[in-house]
Amino acid sequence: MSGAGINKRRIAVAVARKDLTIEWNSRILVNQVAPFAAIVMVLFAFALDNDGILLRVAPGLVWLATLFSMLVVVQRSFTVESADGALDALRVAGVDMGAIFVGKAIALMVQLFVLELMLVATAVVLYGVEMTLAGFCEAIVTLVVATIGLGSVGTLYGGLAAGARGRETLLPLLLLPAVAPVLIGATRATEAAFGSGGTTVSEGWPWIGLLLVFAVLFSAAGTVAFGPLVDE
Amino acid sequence: MDTVIELSGVVAVLGQFPALAGVDLTVQRGEIVLLQGPNGAGKTSLLRVCAGLLPIERGTGHVLGIDLATNREAIRSRVGLLGHANGLYLDLTVMQNLQFWASTVAATSSEVSTAMATMRIDGRLAEVKASQLSAGQRRRCALASLIVRRAEIWLLDEPHAGLDAAGRDELDALLRSAVASGATVVLASHERDRALGLATRTVTIDGGGAA
Repeated sequence: MSGAGINKRRIAVAVARKDLTIEWNSRILVNQVAPFAAIVMVLFAFALDNDGILLRVAPGLVWLATLFSMLVVVQRSFTVESADGALDALRVAGVDMGAIFVGKAIALMVQLFVLELMLVATAVVLYGVEMTLAGFCEAIVTLVVATIGLGSVGTLYGGLAAGARGRETLLPLLLLPAVAPVLIGATRATEAAFGSGGTTVSEGWPWIGLLLVFAVLFSAAGTVAFGPLVDE
Repeated sequence: MDTVIELSGVVAVLGQFPALAGVDLTVQRGEIVLLQGPNGAGKTSLLRVCAGLLPIERGTGHVLGIDLATNREAIRSRVGLLGHANGLYLDLTVMQNLQFWASTVAATSSEVSTAMATMRIDGRLAEVKASQLSAGQRRRCALASLIVRRAEIWLLDEPHAGLDAAGRDELDALLRSAVASGATVVLASHERDRALGLATRTVTIDGGGAA
């Protein structure tokens, strides 16, 4: 690997470690985001109040709760950057913005993955979802691939909205339509993993392929576009 | 002494408006240069030009031997620009902030220790979250991050703002100490009397030009 490549990797690791340390110090994910996501799942259960329907729609509820929670995590990820001008300081110092994107996206992915595991566990306990071993493996692959896509697009749009006025309302308007393909693909793949509505595990893999394409596209686009977008 | 900043007839534009109109400026290594002038005179713009953030439209400029017209982005990693914000992560401790900056430039732990010693950050203060620091302590932490980053030129925009009298005295002492360690400082300040006592030379900016 070239010197520049090593530098970028070092910066990406430093940024990811820094974001996860901030989360460890502040416990926002544990104390606020996770309870919020769990409450959303419980409210869905109250609203639908039918075991058959809950089993059928559980995959969609897991991913809707993930997307709502992701908005909070992404907002938080960029609030810590702007509170005392830290992202500006990095930009002014000439720190590679592509590496910053990768680092922030990795930290976001780690947090989202933990959250999704909790939400799947909640669905199993609350909605009575049952999985085969093959279904469980497919669910894990779905979580991993969907999380890479969500982390990439969340970081890209988070950076775009970070410097804008009214960013709290702007971010959902930008982000939710952009992640619609992930919502569709991850829900279908999770349905197959859960066996909801008589689906089989094999029906989920094409949707995981769609998630993979989305993840690759937004990872690449984010690495290239993050710097110019934040500069603007 | 070698020249670290050399500007000749520099013109810079901010949006539609001229920010600098033919500035000449020379700064030698180890100097503390005070930029003074009324609001809107172009002090901040001049600092941003020297940091490689604002492009020059006309004239010639070199910072640390790097041509501002052709390679200004290469300057950014070698200078430190500190404005009203300190660039700290408020949920990290002082030590975690400095370690983060160190990891972006592969600085060693002994370099972090040196920066802390220069900015009089002791072990107890190092473990305090940045959100719990006073304005003066935050400024010290920000200056320590410039040392960790190995910034050769410190470009400081109103560094005394928000500090009490004791904090200002301490900042001046720290800047002198940093210069003794090899840094060069260019600062813009409205605290004329105080900054005059600190600076080794004064440059007046008015109407976008230096006199």
